[in-house]
Amino acid sequence: MEPPASAYDMSHVDELEERRTLAILVDNEPGVLGRVVGLFSARGYNIESLTVAEVDMKKHMSRITVVTIGTPAMLEQIKAQLLRLVPVASVTDMTKSRRGVERELALMKVAGTGEKRVEALRIAEIFRARVIDTTNESFIFELTGASSKIDEFRNLMKPLGLVEVSRTGVLSIKRGSKAD
Amino acid sequence: MTTETVTSAKTEARLMTGAQIVIAALKEQGVDVMFGYPGGAVLPIYDELFSAPEIRHVLVRHEQGAGHAAEGYARSTGKAGVALVTSGPGATNMVTPITDAMMDSIPMVVITGQVPTHLIGTDAFQECDTVGITRGCAKHNYLVMDVNDLARTIHEAFLIATTGRPGPVVVDIPKDVQFASGRYIGKAGVSKATYAPQTEPHPVAIEDAAALMRKARKPIFYTGGGVINSGPDATNALRALQKATGFPVTSTLMGLGAFPASHPDWLGMLGMHGSYEANNAMHDCDLMICVGARFDDRVTGRIDAFSPGSRKIHIDIDPSSINKVIRVDVPVIADCARALEALHAAWKGSRSVKPDLKDWKRQIDTWRTRNCFAYEHSDSEIKPQYAVERLYELTKDRDTYISTEVGQHQMWAAQHYHFEQPNRWMTSGGLGTMGYGLPSAVGIQAAHAEALVIDIAGEASVQMVLQELSTAVQHNLPIKVFILNNEWMGMVRQWQELLHGERYSHSYSESLPDFVKLAEAYGAKGIRCEHPGELDAAIQEMIDYNGPVLFDCLVTKDENCLPMIPSGAAHNEMILSAISGDEIDEDGRKLV
Repeated sequence: MEPPASAYDMSHVDELEERRTLAILVDNEPGVLGRVVGLFSARGYNIESLTVAEVDMKKHMSRITVVTIGTPAMLEQIKAQLLRLVPVASVTDMTKSRRGVERELALMKVAGTGEKRVEALRIAEIFRARVIDTTNESFIFELTGASSKIDEFRNLMKPLGLVEVSRTGVLSIKRGSKAD
Repeated sequence: MTTETVTSAKTEARLMTGAQIVIAALKEQGVDVMFGYPGGAVLPIYDELFSAPEIRHVLVRHEQGAGHAAEGYARSTGKAGVALVTSGPGATNMVTPITDAMMDSIPMVVITGQVPTHLIGTDAFQECDTVGITRGCAKHNYLVMDVNDLARTIHEAFLIATTGRPGPVVVDIPKDVQFASGRYIGKAGVSKATYAPQTEPHPVAIEDAAALMRKARKPIFYTGGGVINSGPDATNALRALQKATGFPVTSTLMGLGAFPASHPDWLGMLGMHGSYEANNAMHDCDLMICVGARFDDRVTGRIDAFSPGSRKIHIDIDPSSINKVIRVDVPVIADCARALEALHAAWKGSRSVKPDLKDWKRQIDTWRTRNCFAYEHSDSEIKPQYAVERLYELTKDRDTYISTEVGQHQMWAAQHYHFEQPNRWMTSGGLGTMGYGLPSAVGIQAAHAEALVIDIAGEASVQMVLQELSTAVQHNLPIKVFILNNEWMGMVRQWQELLHGERYSHSYSESLPDFVKLAEAYGAKGIRCEHPGELDAAIQEMIDYNGPVLFDCLVTKDENCLPMIPSGAAHNEMILSAISGDEIDEDGRKLV
């Protein structure tokens, strides 16, 4: 048997922080996003990214995907506190099992002429980014992938005339035939 | 909205106005008393109340009073307390009681008026974002935009307020929705798909817990307000399980009364101003069984030195309470009553020998001999502890309910007034709301007309809500407000003495009112007492008077509330008397 789990001081935790993606299924009623976001700010939790949309029109259920960072104990608390909210139906940790798939979509405007413009287009092809608007001195690229891929693309575009970035935040779903 | 409703023949749809729906729903929920204050945005509901004699409406003097009265009603009856207030300032004045009820898990339904739907968001007169403001401090809240949602919403509010871990629920109703015509549906079949508190314990958790209990040599029950919230079944189950096991029992401030104070295994309250025996037993135990309590910082003291050698079982209906502050070995997520009954069954079913607790009880008896609540008696001054002691002796054999304000008097009441039954002790534990006690007493008395209801108060706290004496007079609620008057904000003064070099910054109340004249001005009775020799007679006079009494008990001005675990110290570092500031280190000073 393990030693007692007693005397645990949360203010001196040495546990490492982890990044987790949580899928929160909620009743799509007015103010529900405010409840979820308010809980994070009231209890001092982090939100790295947040996406939300209705996913079941018939049952009026929305899916909120939150990327958060915290120690394992804090992440357990976040989950328990979310489930305390009346409109929250379920909270699923999409990272824990490593069966989660994550994608993010980004739109980036890059302005430039000459060699830089050609280079931007060449890199976009490598990243399989689509050009969805073009003028003589700019492109708008649409790019889908893991957040790290989008970060990388943004870094490469910076010296080539990156003007503006818009990102959706992380979406996630689990591999396999079953719903979670 | 996804809630499914089943409309039975009995509760078939009937057309009513929104205001009629509110009253019909309250009646169906069994509401006999409510507390409120009218205003523009709730006038249609008040108009319906005019012809609803089944519901007694207690008109308060400030909306905060309505909230605390509803809390007192709820905590003394086990039913949901109901408050009705108007929009804007009516709603914002309710924020303190809503937060108070949230912190102490008190079932309460608050109905607020709102400006008409077409004016929402225009900064209309007496408009405020009630659901936005109360989102973080209520268990749940609603803004009802369609009259056809109204009946179901009110029933859902009662369901959520009273089940699971209880709490306050706010229903915000725009004025045009109160006038609109819609269908009424009954409470039968109203449920919320996403809301399903777990009440039955997991059998494996019960088996694990019972196994730890059988092996324990130094066990302790640490019980909280959850036992009382769970109802009489939980109190009975706790007493039965204790009888079977013989384990000693301590309780939080909120849990007083679940276990009888006269029982030989009762250790008294634990925590910052708890008993020496309770705190030492918590520190030295090898098994802690936490039932419906939440390891509040006032209970644990220094967390990294909290009960270092014990295994811990935590029974709670709220999964977020588990491992929030203290990591436990066996979590049991369930209603206290169900979990205690299951534990009792598992205990009875076991064939192994019951633990020998003789050494442990002997140790506890040694701690008891310190007589930690002792104080220096005086023949010339009324000691505050003596005042509570005499009040206890003269009222204990009656049908008595006690409420308190917040501060030293509250702790003295918890130490020196003893409870045999649950629901007899109403106090603001989590939020620590000065001004809770008097309106709470109003609510208790409204629920228990024949009982003796006493607010043990401080002269500072009670002045935050004194206007509610007028409520008591108007509604013939013979509450007794027993003020331990030391002219100081006593607990603030005590901390300034101990932590801030005796610099008494703004904690002395100059020009206090003459409480006797004040009582008379309100049409109540005023009694003043300043000599220990006259105290019993004065208390008797208070008890015998058939009407509200303001009792001004002049006590020693600079008495400290002891014993005390200084901030940042552990349970076994308790100070019994004559504290100097040196016991509290720099880290401790930064804590509240």
